[in-house]
Amino acid sequence: MISMREVQMDLISGEKLERMTSMEKVRLILDKVKTGKIVVLESGLTPVEEVRLIEMTMTEIRLDEFSGIEIESYPAKRESSFLDKIFGRKIKGRMTVIGPANQLRTIEKDKYQIITKVSVGD
Amino acid sequence: MGFFESFKTGFGAWIRRIFKKKRAKIGLYGPPNAGKTTLANRIVQDWSGGGAMGTVSSIPHETRRAMRREGIMINANESSIELDIVDTPGMATKIDFKEFMAHGLSEPEAKKRAREATEGVIEAIKWLDDLDGVLLIMDATEDPYTQVNVTVIGNMEARGLPLLIVANKTDLPESSASRIKSAFPQHAMVSISALEGTNIDELYRAIAFYFG
Repeated sequence: MISMREVQMDLISGEKLERMTSMEKVRLILDKVKTGKIVVLESGLTPVEEVRLIEMTMTEIRLDEFSGIEIESYPAKRESSFLDKIFGRKIKGRMTVIGPANQLRTIEKDKYQIITKVSVGD
Repeated sequence: MGFFESFKTGFGAWIRRIFKKKRAKIGLYGPPNAGKTTLANRIVQDWSGGGAMGTVSSIPHETRRAMRREGIMINANESSIELDIVDTPGMATKIDFKEFMAHGLSEPEAKKRAREATEGVIEAIKWLDDLDGVLLIMDATEDPYTQVNVTVIGNMEARGLPLLIVANKTDLPESSASRIKSAFPQHAMVSISALEGTNIDELYRAIAFYFG
């Protein structure tokens, strides 16, 4: 008989993300990922939020406990328009998957698809 | 960010592009082992005759503190630009000391390096707020769709700052600069070998054009 461990995957809607501040998003993601969950964000993070997440991840790395995150999102769809540049409009994030670095592994990624593997450990 | 702040940021970037300045603080960014320090050393040696900016190693995260070299005058395209070069630690989303042990470091050395590497990543991120532009160094033998590349490019686009992609390690037979170009076609790219100096003059012309 094959024994199976389960991995929880949390899919968070764009509506929920829109109501959250950047810090709330980063905290939510890290709290979930540090407990072994895989998080999928429907509308992703902005580039500035992504670096905040990486920065916060670095402060929470603990040797032998938490080695960081695997995060994958698509490159921005297109260059922002002239008016976007003038008015400094934000570039919207795209669907993003985030998980513990020791469990989530990216197999392949290009402009159109992200293929990952989740390891469930012993 | 409110409307006024957004307008100010976007308009400021636009004005900077119109009234190009001749001095720029440029950050060298990229994943670990992309060749950032090798390129920084080459730029410094070619244009200031000074000593190397940092040591180079095959073990990832050799550079764990950002290093700045001021007043490097580059002459290209019949004009000059004075650069402050900031060689930043490799950006990463994960740091596992066991990876360093696989490169032959003892456990205490690996743990020390891991701790310093996490601080280095934070330092690299902090520098993003204090730059006029970025050279994003990519290893042309590797898959360009790494999250570090996507995140750095997204940040420069959001800040309205110039970015030049450097496809490095073209001396290696498995390198493919065209793979990088097709991944990020909206940005200028120069392919070089920082180690051998191949096509380095083309890079200097591009630096003068995009950051000058």
